[in-house]
Amino acid sequence: MNFELLTQLIVNGLIVGLLYGVIGMCFVLVYKSTKIVNFAQGEFLLIGAWVCWAALVYLQLPFFLGFILTLCFMAAFGVLLQMIVLRPMIGEPIISVIMITIGLSIFFQALMKWIFGVSPQSYPQVFDTQTINILGLNIEMAYLMSTLIAIVIMGAFYLFFKYSKHGLAMRATAFDQQVAQSLGISVKNVFAMSWGIAATVSATAGVVLGMVNGVSDSLSIMGIKVFPAVILGGLDSIIGAIVGGVIIGVLENVAEFVDSQYLHIGNMYDIAPFYVLLVILWFKPYGLFGTKDIERI
Amino acid sequence: MSSLTMRPCGDFRTSYKQDNTIFETKTIRLMAIASILLLCTAPLFLDGYFLTLCIQISYLGIAALGLNILVGYTGQISLGHGAFFGFGAFASAWLNTSFHIPVFLSIPLAGFLTMGVGMMFGLPAARIKGLYLAIATLASQFIIEDFFARADWFSGGPYGASAAPFSLFGFDFDTDQSFYYVALFALVTMFIWGCNLMRSRDGRAFVAIRDHYLSAEIMGIKLNKYRLLSFGISSFYAGIGGALYAHYLGYVSAEGFTIFMSIQFLAMIIIGGLGSIKGTLMGVIFMVLLPEVLESGVGVLKMTDWGNIPLVVDGLAYIKEMAIGLVIIGFLIFEPEGLAHRWAQIKNYWKFYPFSY
Repeated sequence: MNFELLTQLIVNGLIVGLLYGVIGMCFVLVYKSTKIVNFAQGEFLLIGAWVCWAALVYLQLPFFLGFILTLCFMAAFGVLLQMIVLRPMIGEPIISVIMITIGLSIFFQALMKWIFGVSPQSYPQVFDTQTINILGLNIEMAYLMSTLIAIVIMGAFYLFFKYSKHGLAMRATAFDQQVAQSLGISVKNVFAMSWGIAATVSATAGVVLGMVNGVSDSLSIMGIKVFPAVILGGLDSIIGAIVGGVIIGVLENVAEFVDSQYLHIGNMYDIAPFYVLLVILWFKPYGLFGTKDIERI
Repeated sequence: MSSLTMRPCGDFRTSYKQDNTIFETKTIRLMAIASILLLCTAPLFLDGYFLTLCIQISYLGIAALGLNILVGYTGQISLGHGAFFGFGAFASAWLNTSFHIPVFLSIPLAGFLTMGVGMMFGLPAARIKGLYLAIATLASQFIIEDFFARADWFSGGPYGASAAPFSLFGFDFDTDQSFYYVALFALVTMFIWGCNLMRSRDGRAFVAIRDHYLSAEIMGIKLNKYRLLSFGISSFYAGIGGALYAHYLGYVSAEGFTIFMSIQFLAMIIIGGLGSIKGTLMGVIFMVLLPEVLESGVGVLKMTDWGNIPLVVDGLAYIKEMAIGLVIIGFLIFEPEGLAHRWAQIKNYWKFYPFSY
């Protein structure tokens, strides 16, 4: 048994899992406040990564300026998307809501391919050293930064929802829309804000992933891979998204390890989370931390 | 009343039989029969390109009708229909080449095999619904896709599988003209079966589950049984459609049956109208013609000054994809009931023209 490889894979899994957690958090945020399942989450990553890439390469901006520009763009993008496309969908059946986000995802994926081409592009060098060595493990600098960013985002989420007025308004809306409205909270603004936040934070994850693997179409797959994570954690639990993300991240790497060492089936890395997803849905459909649907007649 | 050729302007059905009929008046029935007869003569005056489109509409239409039974009539969401379509295609080719089962038998057998697989993946549907079910079927899409890539004995792996042409009593239906009749026969049979299914006890149970599953359960409808049955029937349709596709093209490879295909099936039934058999066909026709129209549009554009812009001409593939996304969004926002509803509105407008009240 190859312990060194296993530890390396588990550490990688933890790092990627934290990113899944961040993306899952955005997903849960949108679901919790607007009851929309966002199948276009992966496209937020893709668009964010491409916009940042364009700012760095075409406009020749320094990294942090370009990054901030991307965040501003994505915030506006998320808010506009909610206002134009998703606001008419309030109160529609769930199939329509799912399909409209799928439609958005197809549209933006094709648009990005049209504008930026299909070949992967790599970011200009941001850090001086590519990998650093911690306790005998090689960790990419960008991954280290992604972990830091993920933890900062999670902390910011916590503080935002706990102490800020808008965070409180969002929690109130998630709890009960009518009550929130009667207390003078603008539900419309809360919806727009949650899409803005989700787009911005997903774009951050997209930029980080783009720095490691290059920007390409495959980034949007992250939007699909986040489903096992959020279902495992429970669709409406932010903590659940983080826990689920880390578990899925580690699990797919362990599955890869077991496969490469013993089973030799191949492609386990991509497919294992979906088997897990089916098993969870079969035995515990509301996940680890999700609230159970109680139906009243 | 059944001898009426015109319909009164309100709902004046007086018997259960009238409420349950497929064709409301004699004229409609005669028109339906006449249009099928007209379609039978189509190979005489249509050229190969249009026949190809017609055949495409047939096999996609059968699969889309299955999805509409599941989504539109039972209210269950499936994001894995493309994978079931593919499974039917591979299954029929596999049955034909490995067991030498004649093609006209292997197509329905492939349908039943797909039905079994669909019911297996539909098992979670007994417990979950709504978006949880959507995500479960999404997982099944990826798992089946992975199975295609992995199971060389079944799908031929990366090389794909070859399928023999349809033949009956020693006659090979291997040209567009002859296969057109096979496709048309399958389409008409499956649609009549679909219409009749929806008039039967099972079909009404589906609709009851869609409208209010708790009330349905209280009325004595077994939810698990009918949800599973709906999954099975929908997969059966997908399998038949896929098998026809396989024997038409003569070759099946795993690349086509992605999540994008599943989404296209969903787009067809949403554009046509959820819970409408006529609408299903309209949606399929719309989705098949859309890329063709775009292509000829770009062809026209090429002759003008705009054609010099390489962005438009090179980006045709992306424009087609974007158009599909835009059409889905547009229909959901502006016409959520689909083309079938619009068609009914147009018909009603002209029925009482100019004195619509």
